[in-house]
Amino acid sequence: MHIIESGNVAAATGVKLARAQVIAAYPITPQTPLTEKLSEFVESGALKAEYIPVESEHSAMAVCIAASTAGTRAFTATSANGLLYMVEQLHWAVGARLPIVMCVANRGIGAPWTVWNDQQDTISQRDAGWIQIYANDHQQIIDAVIKAFRLAQTVSIPVMVCYDGYLLSHTYMPFDVPEQSKVDSFLPAFAPTHFLDPENPGNFNTVTLPDIRPGVDGEMAPGYIEIRHNLHQDLRATLDTFVEIDKAFEKEFGRGGNPLVEKYRCDDADFVAVCIGSLSYQLRDVIDIMRENDVKIGVMGVQMYRPFPDKAIVDALRGKKCAIVFEKALSYGNQGALYADIKAALYTSEKKPRIHNYILGLGGREIKTQQLLDALTASCTSPDTFEDTPRWIGLKL
Amino acid sequence: MSKNPQPLKEKHGAHPLDDLIRTDRIPHIWCSGCGIGTVFSSCLTAIKATGIPYNEFAMVSGIGCSGRAAGYIKLDSFHTTHGRAIPFASGIKMAKPDLNVIVFSGDGDLFAIGGNHFIHAARRNMDMTVICVNNLIYGMTGGQVAATTPSKAKTTTTPFGNPDAPFNLPLLAYAAGASYVARWTILHVRDLTNAINEALLKKGFSFIEVLAPCPINYGRRNKQKSLDTLKLYQEKTIIRNGADPARADIDFDRGVILGTFIDRERGTCDDLYEATCRRSED
Repeated sequence: MHIIESGNVAAATGVKLARAQVIAAYPITPQTPLTEKLSEFVESGALKAEYIPVESEHSAMAVCIAASTAGTRAFTATSANGLLYMVEQLHWAVGARLPIVMCVANRGIGAPWTVWNDQQDTISQRDAGWIQIYANDHQQIIDAVIKAFRLAQTVSIPVMVCYDGYLLSHTYMPFDVPEQSKVDSFLPAFAPTHFLDPENPGNFNTVTLPDIRPGVDGEMAPGYIEIRHNLHQDLRATLDTFVEIDKAFEKEFGRGGNPLVEKYRCDDADFVAVCIGSLSYQLRDVIDIMRENDVKIGVMGVQMYRPFPDKAIVDALRGKKCAIVFEKALSYGNQGALYADIKAALYTSEKKPRIHNYILGLGGREIKTQQLLDALTASCTSPDTFEDTPRWIGLKL
Repeated sequence: MSKNPQPLKEKHGAHPLDDLIRTDRIPHIWCSGCGIGTVFSSCLTAIKATGIPYNEFAMVSGIGCSGRAAGYIKLDSFHTTHGRAIPFASGIKMAKPDLNVIVFSGDGDLFAIGGNHFIHAARRNMDMTVICVNNLIYGMTGGQVAATTPSKAKTTTTPFGNPDAPFNLPLLAYAAGASYVARWTILHVRDLTNAINEALLKKGFSFIEVLAPCPINYGRRNKQKSLDTLKLYQEKTIIRNGADPARADIDFDRGVILGTFIDRERGTCDDLYEATCRRSED
C-alpha cells in the first residue's frame, strides 16, 4: 500500500511493522513527530508495546538497554544534542551487544544553537561501535528500519538509522508500506540466548580485569580487550551480513540491492561525487546536467557508514579520475570524516583517483543546485589541483 | 472597493523596559495567549526595582520556549544546553559571587531533563533566583507530557490522558532546601513582580513557580482557551502566604494555593564553603 506521509511517519510505521516491544523516547526537534506517532500507535493499541515518556535522552537509552537485556525489541529516536546527551549509554549498548534500533533525524549540534540539518551529530558517533545506516528518501527510511531490527538481532549490535532532519523528517513523499505478514516472515521474533530472567538469574556486564580470568562456570572467560576485539571482528563481518539481509529483503519486498553504497551513473564515469544521505539524490540532478554536457560523472551515496564499506567504495572508485566528497560534517581540525575514511581505504589500491573534499550545508545552510554544479565543474575541469584541505560551499565570510 | 490595510507605524514608541530588552530580537517567538511574556516583563520590572546596576546581573536559561528569554534580555545572558541552566548558573555564581544570577526557564527544562540539578542547587542553597514558567507541558517541541503535566491531561505522548502524577514544585523546592519559595500565576502580575524582587534580594536559593497558559499545546488538547485558563487563575486560586507546601498540589478542582510559602534563613553555599574550607588558611 502506498501512502504519502512524512519521513518521521515512515520511520514510526517501520517500527510498528517491526513490532517493537519497548519504546522510550524524549522529544527533540526534528525527531519529535516520530515519537508522537509511536505513542499514538501504542495508546490506540495499533502497536502492542510499552511507551515510556522518559525525562531525558540519557534515560531513553538506559530504558532501551534494560528492555533489550530483558529480551525485548527496543527502540528509541533522537537528534543532535539529544544524541550527544545519551553518549555514555550509546557506548554501553554496544559493549553490552544489545540489538537496539534508534532513528536519528540528523541535525546540527550546538553551540551555537541550530535546529536545522547537517550530519555532525551521528558522524561524531562513528567510533562508538554502532552500525550506522543512512536513508536517502522515505522508502529507504521505512525499509531501513525493518532491516535494522533484523540486522541488529543477527549480529547483536545496535543500529542507528539516520535521515536528514527536515529535508526528510518533515517533508512528504509517497512510499510503500510493506504488508505486516511479509514483515513478520522477514523479521523473526527476537529470541536472545541470554536475557534477564528471574527464573534463571545471571550477572550481566560485571567488571572485567585487564587479563582474562575464570568465569562463574570455571571456564576461562574473555577479558575486556577480547570482548572489544570480538566486537570489532563482528562489526567487520556485518558488512557481508547486511548484504545478505538486504538480499532477503529484496526477495520479500522487491526493493533493495544497494545496501552499502548506492551508485548512480557511475559505471562508465571518470568522476564520482560521493556523499551521505539525501544530498546524493539532489546531486543526481546535477549529474544529469553534466552528463548532457558530456562530462562522464556519477554519484555514489554511502548507505552504510559504520562498519565502513571500504572494499565497496574502493571497487566503485577503481579507475576513476577523481572522487569528489561532499560532507555535511567535519572532523574538526582535520578534514571531512568520510573524505579521510575514503582516502585511507584508497591507500593500498593500485590506481588511486584524485580526491577532493567539499564541506557544505552546516546548520541547514541551503544547498543550491547551482553551487553543486559549480563545485563539480571546478573539480572535473582541474582534478589535479589537489589541496588536501576541504573547500567550503556557500560560505559568506 | 475595500481599503488596503494601513501600514504599521514604522517604530513604536519607547517601552519602559526597552533598556532591558534586545529590541533587535523582537518580535519574540512566543505564541499569542502564551504567558511567558508576562513573566518576562515581571522579571525585568523586578530587576529594575532592585536598583542594582544592570551589569551586576546575569541571566541563564535552558531549552524550550521560556529558554528564549535569555536571548531577549539586554544583560549578560546564556542559553545553555537542555536541563543545564542551573549548573551553568552555579558556575557563574562560584566564579563571580557578587553577581545576581537569575535562572529563567520552563518546567520541562528545570524539572525533567534538569531535575537533578534543581534539587542539588537547592540543597546547597546556591545564592540564585530560579524562575520557572510552568505551562504543564513541553511547549516548544509540540506538547508532549512533562514532569508537571496534571494526571489525566492529554498531550501528544499521552493522547488518552497522563497516567502519572505531576511534581508539586514548591514542596520539592522546600524539601530540597530552598530559602525562598513562592508561586503565582501570570494573572497576579503585581504579586509576581514583588515576589521576583524579593527573591532577587534574598540571600540563598530562591524559587518562584509561575503558572502560565500554553494555549497552543496544552489548552487546545485539554479544552482550555487562554481566557479559560486565566479564569481558572482568578476563580480557582487561593492566596495563602506561609501555607504548607505539602498542600500546594495543582488541582484546579480543589483550588490552587498561591503565595510565598517559604522565606527562611540558611547559610548559602558560598558562606558554608568559606566557613568550612577556607578557615585553615587564616
